[in-house]
Amino acid sequence: MSPKEGAKKEFRWTKKDLLSLEELSREEIELILTTAESFKEVSSREVKKVPALRGKTIANLFFESSTRTRTSFEIAAKRLSADIVNFSSQGSSTSKGESLRDTAKNIEAMHVDTIVMRHSSSGSAEYLARFVRAGVINAGDGIHEHPTQGLLDIFTIREKKKTLEGIKVCLVGDILHSRVARSNIWGLKKLGAKVRVCGPPTLIPSKIESLGVEVFYDLDKAVRDQDVLNILRIQLERQQGAFFPSIREYAAEYGITMEQLKKAKPDAIIMHPGPINRGVELSAEVADGPQSVILDQVTNGVAVRMAVLFHTTMVER
Amino acid sequence: MDLLIENDHVKKVAKKIPEKVDREIDAKGKVVSPGLIDIHVHLRQPGYEYKETIETGLRAALKGGFTGVCPMANTNPIADRRSDMEFEVSEARRLGLANLWPIGAVTLKQEGKELTEFGELKKGGAVALSDDGRPISDSNILRRALEYSKKFGLPILVHCQDEGLFGCGCMNEGFVSTKLGLPGIPVEAESVEVARDLQLADLTGGQLHFCHISSRKSLDLIRQAKAQGSRVTAETCPHYFHLTDEVVLGYNTNAKMNPPLRAKEDVEAVKKALKDGTVDAIATDHAPHAQGEKDVEFDKAPFGIIGLETSLALSLKLVEEKVLTMTELIRKMSLNPAGIIQVDRGHLSEGAVADVTVFDAGIEWVTEKEKFESKSKNSPFLGWKMKGRATDVFVGGKHVLQDGKIIF
Repeated sequence: MSPKEGAKKEFRWTKKDLLSLEELSREEIELILTTAESFKEVSSREVKKVPALRGKTIANLFFESSTRTRTSFEIAAKRLSADIVNFSSQGSSTSKGESLRDTAKNIEAMHVDTIVMRHSSSGSAEYLARFVRAGVINAGDGIHEHPTQGLLDIFTIREKKKTLEGIKVCLVGDILHSRVARSNIWGLKKLGAKVRVCGPPTLIPSKIESLGVEVFYDLDKAVRDQDVLNILRIQLERQQGAFFPSIREYAAEYGITMEQLKKAKPDAIIMHPGPINRGVELSAEVADGPQSVILDQVTNGVAVRMAVLFHTTMVER
Repeated sequence: MDLLIENDHVKKVAKKIPEKVDREIDAKGKVVSPGLIDIHVHLRQPGYEYKETIETGLRAALKGGFTGVCPMANTNPIADRRSDMEFEVSEARRLGLANLWPIGAVTLKQEGKELTEFGELKKGGAVALSDDGRPISDSNILRRALEYSKKFGLPILVHCQDEGLFGCGCMNEGFVSTKLGLPGIPVEAESVEVARDLQLADLTGGQLHFCHISSRKSLDLIRQAKAQGSRVTAETCPHYFHLTDEVVLGYNTNAKMNPPLRAKEDVEAVKKALKDGTVDAIATDHAPHAQGEKDVEFDKAPFGIIGLETSLALSLKLVEEKVLTMTELIRKMSLNPAGIIQVDRGHLSEGAVADVTVFDAGIEWVTEKEKFESKSKNSPFLGWKMKGRATDVFVGGKHVLQDGKIIF
């Protein structure tokens, strides 16, 4: 199988890094989605492996704890036959005070082809890409972007709804501190979706309308007639700053219950980047109900990350 | 026009001075100005000599055309004792480059809790008091400082920042911060404290000076107060009338300073306030940081940029844009700052101390890292085409900068 099958012939991927969806064109996003479709099939085979990245070395460099994203990248790399190594910040040189530059330079000195990084500072991926020759995949930088999450969300919507054009997507929750929201907005808008955001006024970032989204404070109004509800995780560690009085009140105002879900389109899908705080962002019935595509997102995450690793690592340096 | 300097003072200013002199300098086509004064710099000594020293800082000052600077008190240890003032003054005297008029802390360790000994600081050479870098959040402490300082004639230079609104922000709050995912600092973090401080100036009658004002809202408040007779003074910095928060795009840590770069409307408001006199002085807030400190993730980088060597050229742009006349500009860079710290400088009348800056407003040059005298290179103006530069500087009659080179 050639992963380029189906992609528009004249279009070629040229980036060694994936730092954000802001910097991608519609064609680049579509190329990744198309490639991911063919890679998704690989994961359903008896032998889940293709030799596409054999001989390449990929480093997972996670400065923030993560199980899902790190594992997803690891599986994606392994299915492409790349060698992948994991660095975590705990017990490493970082906790001994080494700078990001020095840590990354040391990893690069071991001839790593691509670095997948998660870091708590917004812009850290762009910063890293400025001085390493290796490719850089942003696996979440602070509250800036989480481009592979954005891509897998878009992939899942496209899979379920066949198109993004005109599809109505509502992002619910802590928009201010959400890198998932920013990546979703950039990607969805580029593919023609209609995007609205809904959350407490304290968690809506300044001038977000300038990104071409509608802002709602009231969940009842926001979910009406929507095709997709993408529910963001409330990150309890980011809630110091009087954003809302209690989790209990948040759940009462912004938690998605079966009753809320009924106000969206009958075939609306429910998404969540995980991990879910059950009973806070989503009731258990909604999370486990027929409209939930949360586990499809996880499955698709591997395919999308395979596509991203493939294109960026194979680019001519 | 001729200007005759004898020893350390101006002997005569006249259309033509026929007297025989030891040395003559032809300043044809150039501007002969009272020595420029920057009342807001950080020279980092003692404690942070890897960023800057009094020597490298004063050399940067001379290169930029300044004959005198006022270093802020946030050294390590904090300059909150008479001996700290004396150290700075004697070090500058030993070097003999430019004037150094030190600023003492308002509160011990700049903690905002207990007043320093204003009288002692003054005896040590302090010309002003400031906790710059940190706000004085307790209104009563600032009230007492403004009252008590009246006895000593020392102005209080305030860094306006509401700590709660400032939070963990690292750039201006707005569309750019939303896009970059960086915690924002709203304009009101500055203007709320400006409003409070104006009230305290009114209450106490103390001499209040606003440091580095960056926003329209703050300037509107100051303008209004001045119109009602308030004697407060205010400064701004060249980056606030040249740059907007768009410069942060790409996570440029050399565009990270406090207060942060604001929106376009604020840049326009700063120019308007310079023109109408709401802003009295141009200072640089020269804040050197070592390369390794700025070469990090944006939120981990320290606030501050260097400014001494780019200030004159950037400010001359105001004349080119007709925001200010040449005389108005020179006043905001010499006479007015001298007035704020109450030193008898900023004029070249007969008998005045011969601190003189000669500059060529037409010289074109490009800012290059390697050419800075400052030990640090953290400037957002690197690679900019500049116009205007000091060619000669005299400090106390001594020729210290000649043809743009420090000859001392």
